[in-house]
Amino acid sequence: MANGTAVLADKSFYEEGTTKAKSGIAAWIFSTDHKRIGLLYLFAIVTFFIVGVIIAELIRLELIAPGETIVDAETYNRLFTLHGVIMIFLFIIPGIPAIFGNFFLPIQIGAKDVAFPRLNLLSWWLYMTGAALALTSLFLPGGPADTGWTFYIPYSVRTGTNVTIALFAAFILGFSSILTGLNFVTTVHRLRAPGMTWFKMPLNIWALYATAWIQVIATPIIGITLLLIIVERTFGVGIFDPTLGGDPVLYQHLFWIYSHPAVYVMILPAMGVVSEIIATFSRRTVFGYKMVAFSSLTIAFVGYLVWAHHMFTSGLSETAAVLFSLLTFVVAIPSAIKVFNWIATMYKGSIDPRTPFKWVMVFIFLFSIGGLTGLVLGSLATDVHLHDTYFVVAHFHFVMFGGAGTIFIAAMHYWFPKMFGRMYNEKIADLGVYMFLVSFLTLYFPMFLLGYNGQPRRYFDYLPQFQTLHVISTIGAWMMLITLTLIIWNLINALRKGEKAPANPWGGVTLEWQTSSPPPLENFEEIPEITGEAYDFSKLKGTEYGLK
Amino acid sequence: MVSNNSSHTTHRHRDDVGAKLGMWLFLFTELLLFGGMFLAYAVYRMKYPQQFHLSAMEMNTTIGTINTIILLTSSLTMVLSIAAIQKKNKFLSIIFLVSTLILGVLFLINKYFEWGHEISKGIYPGSEVLLSKDNGEILYFGLYYAMTGLHGLHVIIGMIVLLFMLVFIINDNIKWDDYVKLENSGLYWHLVDIIWIFLFPLFYLIQ
Ligand code: HEM
Ligand SMILES: [Cu+2]
Repeated sequence: MANGTAVLADKSFYEEGTTKAKSGIAAWIFSTDHKRIGLLYLFAIVTFFIVGVIIAELIRLELIAPGETIVDAETYNRLFTLHGVIMIFLFIIPGIPAIFGNFFLPIQIGAKDVAFPRLNLLSWWLYMTGAALALTSLFLPGGPADTGWTFYIPYSVRTGTNVTIALFAAFILGFSSILTGLNFVTTVHRLRAPGMTWFKMPLNIWALYATAWIQVIATPIIGITLLLIIVERTFGVGIFDPTLGGDPVLYQHLFWIYSHPAVYVMILPAMGVVSEIIATFSRRTVFGYKMVAFSSLTIAFVGYLVWAHHMFTSGLSETAAVLFSLLTFVVAIPSAIKVFNWIATMYKGSIDPRTPFKWVMVFIFLFSIGGLTGLVLGSLATDVHLHDTYFVVAHFHFVMFGGAGTIFIAAMHYWFPKMFGRMYNEKIADLGVYMFLVSFLTLYFPMFLLGYNGQPRRYFDYLPQFQTLHVISTIGAWMMLITLTLIIWNLINALRKGEKAPANPWGGVTLEWQTSSPPPLENFEEIPEITGEAYDFSKLKGTEYGLK
Repeated sequence: MVSNNSSHTTHRHRDDVGAKLGMWLFLFTELLLFGGMFLAYAVYRMKYPQQFHLSAMEMNTTIGTINTIILLTSSLTMVLSIAAIQKKNKFLSIIFLVSTLILGVLFLINKYFEWGHEISKGIYPGSEVLLSKDNGEILYFGLYYAMTGLHGLHVIIGMIVLLFMLVFIINDNIKWDDYVKLENSGLYWHLVDIIWIFLFPLFYLIQ
């Protein structure tokens, strides 16, 4: 069904609210409409991302020369902690599910809203509360935490900085994440439109569904772990502190039992978006649809069994280490299944390389480097050498920023016309893609070399022989800043001056392209009835999308 | 105004199965929350079997047993309250719900005396008496306070939820043909009960 046959609504959700207040801020912050909540998240998350980037620029500036350059060691510790906490808990974990999941999950399954709209609003409020708490920790006496985002024991019970507030903030953010996950699982089970059977769902839904399960199952573990440190710090209860008999390694286990699966909370939704974009711009059904769907579930499951690969140097038994190393290799299989199926999808497709598609290409390239260097770290012999060096810093930026972060931007460009009803300047957007690739490699590739040569992470100082690579990396950081500014400016500009977007600008066939841009309050004029599979591009034949 | 309202009501559809599915998922997360602590308990018990044995001897099994009976009974009254509303007996439902609440209060009073007793012996986090003990004992009492404390907090939250349900029954927001809220609150209350069923043997019985 191309836009010719779709019945288009005359009023979008921007004109009709769910609250009594039709305009002003109350119409937003008390709205239970999943689309408005998605946009609330968008606004908040992008703001925190910018803060995280600015802090990262300070970190890179400090590292432009050995010795103290702009901040002392103490401040440096706080800066990378803050950068890590913001990027992990406020940006990349909620990122795609909270914004694009909220906006598009109900639409893609043909529902009017999520299963629990008010709970959804509560999740946003919890998110904002957690974020506000994290920010207050900056200004209270004691200052921001300096433990690193991992809050390792025993330092985290000893330090005088505001670790307790930061932990509590992370706890609340976790709660928000759990409620979103619970909401999405229930929505997928209960609210699919008539005819939308499991294997007719878009792959984005499968990915969000698997992610939601991880959020529900893994997050409580970090919740209780952080809570226990709070109790330990505030009341002096002995739990992890070794002077009271506690076991710091137990803390590490509990921490990573959540935090490794959290890596999949970051990457799985991104993979879902990739499947959508590749299908749309190749005009082909996704090759091996079922395999791609099941690989999401497999990743979610096996991702549970690999956590101790973060602890190879923490004194694991040899058996445990070998086992966890093996399982880490196993988890690469479902990811590889996805990559090969994506490539098979493009093969003989009629590829239309628009901006979102270009972002996906960048993703596949960067994510592959991130994934393969992950295997280097997953091997015992090499990890002992590379553990806690810049090799790790490079690896996780390739996965999180080059992987999930890139797709965050891709999703922004893919769905922007639908969310805001406007088109952006594609030439500038394409320029953003190229500049991103170049800046990214300049910024992070030297870090692999630094780490390989022995530069440890979390240090404000380094040996003089490392300076050249550090300077290159810092220049990369400046280029990245310019690139991100250009990308954001281009989109903001489009909001103000962009051309009106049609209902289906790319020739997509999933449900969101069958309603108007932006969608009406209840998403569809009539609840759609689904008959064919998710990516049936024969519907587009004979239309303006260039299919024969 | 009218058109605004109508779009409002079509929006909020009713789905009891969905509501229960959501609740079960939530209970699952609660189990995992406590699961993390049970894991810590298991690890430390393996590490310090002797000291855990010694510390458990200090516990007052009688108070623990009474509290177990109280919570089990409160689960029964909870179920009866739901059964009553299904049979359209609003009055009886209220009576049973209030009984559940009273039993919850009794549980907390008992807990107060129990903690008070330990504290009067000088055993509380950071106290000199406790710090002079062995590491295993410090951990035992650390876990004891953390786990029963978090459980107590859940009892309080459960009671607040039940108070809301009471109001809902009174003003007919919960009725014989629409009681999924009450059922879900009941599920939560049973969860609190079940967790106690595990805490009780771990701290009071296994010696
Ligand atoms: C302009 C972009 C960015 C720059 C220049 C940058 C730079 C850095 C640097 C140099 C470090 C290492 C600090 C050290 O170990 O001494 C670091 C750490 C980190 N970065 Fe980034 N980063 C950027 C974006 C991101 C993004 C998008 C994410 C996540 C999605 C992220 C997540 C992290 C995390 C988790 C750490 C570890 C913090 C810790 O050690 O506790 N960064 N970043
Ligand atoms: Cu991991």
